[in-house]
Amino acid sequence: MTRRALVALGLPVVLVATWWVLSAGSTSFFWPPLSAIVAAFPTTWTADPIAHDVLPSLARLTAGYLVALVVGVAAGVAIGSDRVLRALCEPVLEFLRAIPPPVLVPVIALFAGYTGSTTKVVTIALGCLWPILLNTVEGVRSLDEVLRDTARSYRLGRLTTLRQVVLRGSSPRIAAGARQALSVGVILMVISELFGADRGLGAAVVRFQRGFAIPQMWTGIILLGLLGVALSGLFRLVEHRTLAWYRGLRQAEREV
Amino acid sequence: MTGAVTAPRASRGRIPEPALGVLGLALLVAVVEALPRLGLVDGRFLPPATAMLGELGHQLRLAEFWVAAGQTLGGWALGLALAVVAGVVVGVVIGGVGFLRAVTASTIEFLRPIPSVALIPLVVLVHGSRPESALVLVVYAAFWQVLVQVLYGVADVDPVVRDTARSYRFSRWTVVRAVVWPTALPYVVTGFRLAASVALILEVTAELIIGVPGLGRSIGVAQSSGAVTQTYALVIVVGLLGVAVNTSARFVERRALRWHTSVRRDL
Amino acid sequence: MSTTALDVRNLAKTYDGHGRDVEAVRDLTFRVDRGELVCVVGPSGAGKTTLLRCVAGLLDSSGGTVHLDGVPVTGPPAGMAVVFQEYGRSLFPWLTVRGNVGLPLKEKGLDRPTRAAKVDAALAAVGLCDSADAHPWQLSGGMQQRVAIARAVAYEPSVLLMDEPFASVDAQTRAELEDLVRDLWQDLGVTVLFVTHDIDEAVYLGQRVLVLSNRPTVVLEDVRVDLPTARDQLRTRSSPAFAAARNRVYELVQRAKQGHRPLPRATGARAMSTGTTAEG
Repeated sequence: MTRRALVALGLPVVLVATWWVLSAGSTSFFWPPLSAIVAAFPTTWTADPIAHDVLPSLARLTAGYLVALVVGVAAGVAIGSDRVLRALCEPVLEFLRAIPPPVLVPVIALFAGYTGSTTKVVTIALGCLWPILLNTVEGVRSLDEVLRDTARSYRLGRLTTLRQVVLRGSSPRIAAGARQALSVGVILMVISELFGADRGLGAAVVRFQRGFAIPQMWTGIILLGLLGVALSGLFRLVEHRTLAWYRGLRQAEREV
Repeated sequence: MTGAVTAPRASRGRIPEPALGVLGLALLVAVVEALPRLGLVDGRFLPPATAMLGELGHQLRLAEFWVAAGQTLGGWALGLALAVVAGVVVGVVIGGVGFLRAVTASTIEFLRPIPSVALIPLVVLVHGSRPESALVLVVYAAFWQVLVQVLYGVADVDPVVRDTARSYRFSRWTVVRAVVWPTALPYVVTGFRLAASVALILEVTAELIIGVPGLGRSIGVAQSSGAVTQTYALVIVVGLLGVAVNTSARFVERRALRWHTSVRRDL
Repeated sequence: MSTTALDVRNLAKTYDGHGRDVEAVRDLTFRVDRGELVCVVGPSGAGKTTLLRCVAGLLDSSGGTVHLDGVPVTGPPAGMAVVFQEYGRSLFPWLTVRGNVGLPLKEKGLDRPTRAAKVDAALAAVGLCDSADAHPWQLSGGMQQRVAIARAVAYEPSVLLMDEPFASVDAQTRAELEDLVRDLWQDLGVTVLFVTHDIDEAVYLGQRVLVLSNRPTVVLEDVRVDLPTARDQLRTRSSPAFAAARNRVYELVQRAKQGHRPLPRATGARAMSTGTTAEG
């Protein structure tokens, strides 16, 4: 246990220490000493920026992500369950997915200008939608025929089939899409704040950069990095609990 | 009662799937055409599809469009190439040495989810809106896609094959060339496909956000100057570019994997 | 009122392929009485699975009727349970063994204690009490198929359909599972229609064996198996009566492979005539 912890923590500690030592005497404007960055943390992220930058960003991310999750899974199940609908939508979805999500920002800006939270939430939701939608379609489509027949022959109702068979059966793919969507969501959370004079985590980092508050900018970058890591960790935790059966199944298949 | 006797059904004329796909695209165009024409959406915000396509045709005749497209594709290709080479080299080295694999696992897991856009302020400071800014973001984002796939691939090497190679006292280089590389190749190709689409997204994003020359910046300029139809036309171009990149990357993948018997799970 | 559990008349199924119709089943007529164990064999590609899927209500037929307990089958009927060949794919991998067996009962609206009692009884009947809380993929192939059988048994169907259920387990397990089916059938009095490509299995299990022709399928012959009720892998299989029945069925399947077909009228009449159960 201690050995594993040592192996896992060894390199990160070495890297941070190296950064600390190498940057210690740095007089470069862009690369301040790590000690200066760490010292800037408590003065930069006080209660006010947390309440007015960090939390609103997280709220918008959560809202947009959840909307995308609900809409993506619902539409994905509908499209995945029907051959004709699927064939009809495939090239359209292929095209919409290929549009880089940040390009949505100017398009949405055309409609309503780019101020306020709603446009940002819409941007995040639209960007997160495609990976979830497409993976759900694929998950539902590739659901085992025999499982479907089993559900039918035991006369499982529509709701039970949806909940116990279709959604559970495609949950590994849905999770894969949701994981992709999460990183897209964080990116769009930041990008949506770069337009217009807004507040938010991404906006704050750019504010520091424009004001040449370099150590503060670095704290923002590190905070964004930590946020990405924390969200991915949270996601893995949820996935670990809900998809334990899938891991076991895959392992059992590998051993055969 | 009568339900039991299913009347012999006439063979249903099934519409083939490609035709349905074309129909779907036609429907999309028709909806986008109809919404502004019927006044359901303000035409100033969403011009009819024919206007967008007309503008698209106009753009295709402009030299500056082709310059911007060339800048985008050039930045994409260079960034992708660097990321693939770096990802493969680092992946094979880390993956091939058990000690390195164990030690770096947590760091890779930590660095990978750091959003590439967090680096935007930094690259803007260092490189401004020169192509280098986009390059840094593209390489950073695409690198992880390749690296992670290569690590999967190297981990997939059959231990029996590895032991066989060792028992014949193959040199380290021979093991990499004859054992590790063939096993990892399919994963490398998958990493290449994933990296190709991520790289394009980051290239366009950098152009749009930072103002690096290319199609992304053209979109930003068109939007802020109120050239609505042009904005849409350029978004369509970028989307088509993305489709082209995805399709050809998938084609390359299928060609490269034709000999590979096991069909691996898409990640 | 009648003793007939399953009544299949003039069943036909034509698939519409790409521009060309494929006639899989032409005219199948047979009956299974309540409490009977009937096996269906035929050359590969004889439409055995098509027949079973039509009877199960999973596939629309193109002609003819299927009645279960006098009620026409238009979709999966209430009184029918199916055990599929692909045990690994018919069990829900995200549910435990208990969850798999219990899900159809939950859907039937049974309360929790009743459900638990039935699940436990079914698992006990197939000898899986110890694995109730495992997931299917933690079990061997034979045990997984036991779970599928337990699920079917707990459902308390009027007719149990089995589609080559033991085709992908090893020989030893297969013999055990065959005896399990015989035991369950005798203990529970359930009606079983058992589809297989294995002639020995059909003769060992069945009271009657329906031999199918090649495509488009009709019933070639309805063979009565005159073996004692108490069967035993060793003694039964080495008895002269078993050999006789086996040879008879083997010959018929060989003829079916060569394209031998009965006269259209005779099939129906013959199959209809064997309605009563007589067991040695």
